[in-house]
Amino acid sequence: MSWWERAYLFEIVRGLSITGGVFVKNMFRWMTFRKGALTTYYPEETRADYAPRNRGKHVLTQRPDGSPQCIACNMCATVCPAKVIEIEAGFNPDDVAHPKYPVRFEIDYSRCIFCGLCVEACPEDAIRMVKEVPNLPTYDRSNMWLSLDELLNWNPQSDVAKPYPPAPRRQSH
Amino acid sequence: MIQDLVIYVAYIGYAVSVLLVFGTILTWVERKQAAIMSDRIGANRAYVRIPFTQVKLVWLGLFHGLADGLKMLLKEDFKPNSYDSFAYAIAPWVVFTPVLLVFAVIPFGGTLNPGTLFHAVPVVSDWFGDRTYPLQIASLDAGLLVVFAFGGLTIIGAMLAGWSSSNKFSLLGALRAGSQLISYELVMGLTVLGLIVIYGTVDLGAIARQQSGVLLGFLPAWGIFLQPFAAILFLTAAIAENKRIPFDLPEAESELIAGYYTEYSAMKMGLFMFAEFIEIAIIGALFTTLFLGGYNLPFMTDAGFVLPGGYQIALSHWLVVLLQLIVFLVKVLVVCSFQILVRWSLPRFRYDQLLRFAWKFMFPLALANLTVTAVVVWALQA
Repeated sequence: MSWWERAYLFEIVRGLSITGGVFVKNMFRWMTFRKGALTTYYPEETRADYAPRNRGKHVLTQRPDGSPQCIACNMCATVCPAKVIEIEAGFNPDDVAHPKYPVRFEIDYSRCIFCGLCVEACPEDAIRMVKEVPNLPTYDRSNMWLSLDELLNWNPQSDVAKPYPPAPRRQSH
Repeated sequence: MIQDLVIYVAYIGYAVSVLLVFGTILTWVERKQAAIMSDRIGANRAYVRIPFTQVKLVWLGLFHGLADGLKMLLKEDFKPNSYDSFAYAIAPWVVFTPVLLVFAVIPFGGTLNPGTLFHAVPVVSDWFGDRTYPLQIASLDAGLLVVFAFGGLTIIGAMLAGWSSSNKFSLLGALRAGSQLISYELVMGLTVLGLIVIYGTVDLGAIARQQSGVLLGFLPAWGIFLQPFAAILFLTAAIAENKRIPFDLPEAESELIAGYYTEYSAMKMGLFMFAEFIEIAIIGALFTTLFLGGYNLPFMTDAGFVLPGGYQIALSHWLVVLLQLIVFLVKVLVVCSFQILVRWSLPRFRYDQLLRFAWKFMFPLALANLTVTAVVVWALQA
């Protein structure tokens, strides 16, 4: 340490002026009715600036007619290290190309580790991850299961994989 | 006289309510200021719901203090299996009471003349006659000495708490508190000695009155301009007396859990905390009285403003008294806020550094300050 730093007082004044400066700056913002904090009033307010690379939530992609692209092959559920995906397959003889479809597709977000292996494993590009996060805080663990309805609400207006806009979803299942 | 009784009961009520309000508000100020300093929002969850409605009053988190108090009151009052349960029971009060008493000698305003104040109501003004009262609960000649005497009592409380808790952490905390408080009490006394040499009195009311003048024609004659060095040393020693970061060795969480009040719970622990917060206000009041001119605004007298160019602005007695009370409170709040700024900016000392800082750094500086002051005062008088 130089003698300047050893004198202690000057460095303390420098430190106090840094913290005091931040205080004055933020206080001025609050007093002029602007926000002087980097954090948010969670849960009333969630931050809008998640990084585009954030992978916080699963979505199931849809065919142009709105049905899930998933063929209920269970590969994602098999590869999932946390074993959080539960799929119940159904059979639809009318749809010759894709007779197998998921009746139930649920993800337990209380255990999901967001590794993205399900996305890697999917042969149909049916499951993807987006930057948003689901509204997880809750008083009951059972509320942290996301079902097919919530996973299918992803409707991008342009996607290279599929022609858009999609037709309205079938109501048959 | 019955008039004196009325006035002093009013003073005591004012002082106690000011201290209790400060003690409560400062917990909120500390939370919020720390949050704003670190780009956060701070406590904002506690609310009071108006009964039978869904209207929730949050008020910027002001009710967190209320929630804290309720928690302290409702918690189990744990008693350790101690060999000295009496000392254990009175220790929080030994810490808390002197802190409240110190405020008795601090002047929180100029001179009150009830006769002039209530001149619109002849009954009251005739009853008071031309009696005047300084706005100070006890205008003792030994004011500053009383402050130090009561300040020294808190050491006993901390030591009692540590000894009677039957806990090694408490004992260590009490030992640390004892040595730290005694060391810094000495520094504090020496720094104030310089002021006493200049003012020639230890009566805090007289000290505050002497600071109403003007230095060199424009500077208010505040202690901080006469003794800038002593002001810094005094504030440092006072923060150390209050055992707050960076001097919180007696209650260092990471080493001693909570130091000498580890074994205290519920309202007894609350008393220790409350005493600490009130002491912030007391330090603010002392620093204001000694170094920031007390209740004085620059160029303001009991009659009104007297500006340097010879201008005078006469103020009514009501206005002057109110202005003095408010000025004092605002100055105290600013000093409190500065202490909180220090507490959230600086890291804690190591224990050997703490004592070395007191004895090898501050003690010689305080002595040098006193010597220089004494020589200058002697040269000016000769």
